Amino acid sequence: MKMKSLLLGAAASFAMAPMAMAERGSDGHVNVIYWQAPSILNPYLSGGTKDVEAASLVIEPLARYDDKGALVPYIAAEIPTVANGGVSADLTSITWKIRDGILWSDGTPVTANDAKFTAEYCMHPEGGCAQAAFFDGVQSIDVLDTMTLKITFNQPKPNPYGPLVGGQSPVIQAAQFADCLGAKAPECTEANFNPIGTGPFVVDEFKPNDVISFSANANYREAGKPKFATMTLKGGGDATGAARAVFETGEMDYAWNLQLAPDVIAKFEEGGKGKAVAGFGPLVERLEMNLTDPSPDLPEGERSTVAHPHPFLSDARVREALSISIDRELLVEVGYGKAGRPTCDLVPSPDNYAANNTFCLTQDMDRARALLDEAGWVDSDGDGVRDKDGKKLSILYQTSTNAVRQDFQALIKQWWEEIGVETELRNLNASVFFGGDPGSPDTFQKFYADVEMYANTFNGTDPQQYLAAYRCGNEPKPSSQWQGENINRFCDPAYDALIDELARTGDIAKRGEIAIKMNNMLTKDSHTIVGLVHRGRVSGQANSLGGHVLNVWDSELWDAAEWYRIK
Amino acid sequence: MTDDIQAIEALQDNAPLAPHRSQLAEVWLQFRQHKGALLGGGFLLFITFAVLFGALIWDLDPGKLDIRAKDHRPIYTALWDSDAKTSWKHPFGTDQLGRDGLANMIAGGRTSLAVGWAAMLLSLFLGAFIGVMAGYFKRLDGPLMRLTDLFLSLPILPMLLVAVTLFRQPLRANFGPEGGMFILIVGVIGLTSWMHTARIVRGDVLALKEREFVLAARSAGTTSRGIITRHLLPNVISPIVVSATFGLATAIITESALSFLGVGFPSDFPTWGKMLADSVDRMQEFPERVMLPGVAISLTVLAVNFLGDGLRDALDPRIRGR
Repeated sequence: MKMKSLLLGAAASFAMAPMAMAERGSDGHVNVIYWQAPSILNPYLSGGTKDVEAASLVIEPLARYDDKGALVPYIAAEIPTVANGGVSADLTSITWKIRDGILWSDGTPVTANDAKFTAEYCMHPEGGCAQAAFFDGVQSIDVLDTMTLKITFNQPKPNPYGPLVGGQSPVIQAAQFADCLGAKAPECTEANFNPIGTGPFVVDEFKPNDVISFSANANYREAGKPKFATMTLKGGGDATGAARAVFETGEMDYAWNLQLAPDVIAKFEEGGKGKAVAGFGPLVERLEMNLTDPSPDLPEGERSTVAHPHPFLSDARVREALSISIDRELLVEVGYGKAGRPTCDLVPSPDNYAANNTFCLTQDMDRARALLDEAGWVDSDGDGVRDKDGKKLSILYQTSTNAVRQDFQALIKQWWEEIGVETELRNLNASVFFGGDPGSPDTFQKFYADVEMYANTFNGTDPQQYLAAYRCGNEPKPSSQWQGENINRFCDPAYDALIDELARTGDIAKRGEIAIKMNNMLTKDSHTIVGLVHRGRVSGQANSLGGHVLNVWDSELWDAAEWYRIK
Repeated sequence: MTDDIQAIEALQDNAPLAPHRSQLAEVWLQFRQHKGALLGGGFLLFITFAVLFGALIWDLDPGKLDIRAKDHRPIYTALWDSDAKTSWKHPFGTDQLGRDGLANMIAGGRTSLAVGWAAMLLSLFLGAFIGVMAGYFKRLDGPLMRLTDLFLSLPILPMLLVAVTLFRQPLRANFGPEGGMFILIVGVIGLTSWMHTARIVRGDVLALKEREFVLAARSAGTTSRGIITRHLLPNVISPIVVSATFGLATAIITESALSFLGVGFPSDFPTWGKMLADSVDRMQEFPERVMLPGVAISLTVLAVNFLGDGLRDALDPRIRGR
C-alpha cells in the first residue's frame, strides 16, 4: 500500500513535471545578490559590470556569447557570416535580420529602426557613451527594411560582431529613448531606470544603489520562459555578506563575483546550501598607472587630465620598478588560490590573443632599485623615501573596499616601501568607485590618485574593442562627463595605428600577432597597465537553482530565462 | 603661687579629634568606596600606559607583513588545542598576512584612545565655555541654547560621512593622510558632542550666580571674568568632569564605528574599530581577531563609565560620607 502510493506519487510528479515546465513563471521567486549595487540600467551610460549585467536581464543585444565564447542569436534571427551572406565578402558590412515576431515588453514589435537608433544614441558626439568602443569604425547604419539592418564600416572589419553584440551593447527601444540623445541622455531618468526591453524580465521597481524588482516579461519570445515569475536583484553590502546569504543562510539563490580569499570561500561552502562556480575568462586584476597629474593643487577640471603629465609616473622606468617589485605568486596565494594565476598581461586569454609574458613573474627588488636610481630618484635626505628635485616619490594607491583588495594593498605597499616608494592607501566604497557618477571625486574614471587597482574584462572572445579603448582622446575628461575607457590616459600614435591595423586584419593568426603587440605596448614595453592576477570568475549558486551555466564571455545573467528551481 | 586660669570646658581650644583633611582627600576617600570606579580607573590607567609605552617593550612593527607566520592563533589556544599554530613570538596570534596581533592592538589602541581623549577635551572645553556663557550672560542665553538644540538634532554619523568627503582632501594635503583624518575625526566628534555638558553647566551656573557669595563678589567690584573663573567654574567642575568621562567613551565608540564602516583612517593604519571590521570575514575560524579588539573597546568604555560614576559620587558633597 505504502509502496504503491509512493510509486503513484512519483509517477504523478513525473507526469506533472513537463506541465509545470511548460508554464511561464511557475517556479515562483528567485533572489540574486550583487554586492555592488546597480545604479542605472542603461549600459551606455555606465561602464560598471554591475550595471551592464543587471540591465542584461531586461535589454538584449542582437547576439551574445555563450559559455564557450560562441555567438548565439538573441534579437537577431541568425548570426550573419560570410558563408550565409550576412557579412559582405570584403568584410566592410554586416547585415542583421531581426527575429520574426519579437516584441518589446510593452507589446510593440522590435524593428531594425530600434537597432539603428541605438547605434545613433551611442555614437552621438555629445553623449559620452560608455560603450563607444563597440561602435568604432562604423560608417553608416541603414535600415534595409523593417526587419533588416545593415552596418557599414569605414574599412574591412574582420570582426564585425562589435556593434550591438554582447551584454555591453544591447538594443534599446527607439520610442522610449527618442528624446534622450546626446547631452540629454543622463537626464532621462525614467528611461534609464526602467528600460523597455526584450529580455526575460521587466523592471517593476528600481531603487538605485539598492534593489531592483523584476517580473517575468509577458511578451518574452520563448513560451514557458522564464520559469521564475519574479526576481529580486539586491545590491550592496559586501562579498562576504553575499557569500553567506547563498552558502550559509540560503536567503539568496545567486551571488555574483565572490571576491573572497580562498580559505574564506571554502569555509562558507561548508554551510552546504550552495556551491561556488568558477570559470576563467579574460578577467585581469591590474594596477592602472595614472599618466596624468592627479595633484589636488590643480584646479578642478584640470586634475587628472592630459593637460598635466604625471610628475613621476610618466617615466616608464618608475612604472617598471613598481611592477617588478611585486611578488605575484604570493598575491595569488593570499587572494585567489585556485581561482587565480599570476599574469603580466592585459589580455590573458583566449589563447590566440594571449601574450603569455613572463617578465614580471619573478620579483626583482634589486633591479627595481636600480631602475629608480637610474631614473634619478634617490633617497638624498635619508628618510627612507626616494626623492628628486625636492619632490618625494610618494604614491596614493586607491581601490574599492574589499578584504582581498585591502590585503593586496598591504602587501604591495610593503614591497614598494622596501624600494623606497612612500605609499598611501585608500579604499572607496565599490558602488561609488565603480558608479561612474561624474559629480563624485571618488570614481575610478576620475582617477584622483596615482595608482588604482581593479579588475576588468571584455565580452566575447575578441579583444579588439577592449584594446581600442586605449586610443588617444578616449580618456575620461570633463568634456565627456568623465566617461571613457582609457583610464590611464595612455596616448601613443603607434598604438592608435595598430588599433586601425587590427580593425583591418582578417587573418586570425595575424590578428593574434597584432593584439599581442598591442598588449605588450601597454604592459611589457610601457608598464602603463600592470597585470597582477588572471582571475577566474567565482560566483555562488544555491543548490536549488538549476539551469545556470557560468559564462565568462558575457553577462553572468545571460541565461536567466533558463533558470529554474530544483524541486 | 599662680593659678592657671582654667577656661571652662566648652571654651577649651582642644585639637580636633581627627586631623583636617583637604577636599581632595575627602574626594579620594569617597571614591575609594566605589569598587567599580577603582577597578575602572585602574584599568583605564593600565590600558593608557599599555598603549603609550607598550610599543617600547613589544617593538614589532604592526604593519610588518610576515606571510610565513600568517594565521597564528593566540597563545592561550594551546591550552585546549595542542595542534593549533601558536608561537610565543606572537602571543595574540597573527592575521592572514602575518601582522602581529599584539603590536596591532597596541598601535590600534593608541589611535582609538588618542581620538577619545582629544575629542573629549575639545567637547569639554566647548561645552563648559558655552554653558558658562549661556548661564551667566542673560543676553546670550537664548541664542546659545538654541544653537545647542540645533547641534543636538544633528545626526553625527551621516554628518561625519559628509565631512570626510568634503574636508579629507585639504586636510590630507596639510597634515598627511593619518594626521588629517585624526584632526577631522576629533574635530567632528568634538564639535558634535559638547551639548550635554553645555546644558548641565548652564543649569548649574544659573543657580549659582544667584547665590550670596556671587552677590558679595559682585558688590566688591569683581569683574564678570573674575567671578566666572574664581567662583563659578570651581563649583561646576564636578558635572564637567563627569560628563567628560562619558564623552570619552562616546568618542571611542564613534571612531570605532567609523573605522568599521571603512571611512576612517587609511586601511593600513590600525585602530580597534578597523581591526574588528577586517576580521569579520574570518570570524568563525579566528574568533579572537574580533574578540580582542571588541573586548578592548568594551572594557575601556565600561571602565570609563564606572570611573565617571564613581567620580560623580565622590565629587558630590551631599553623598560624600554616606
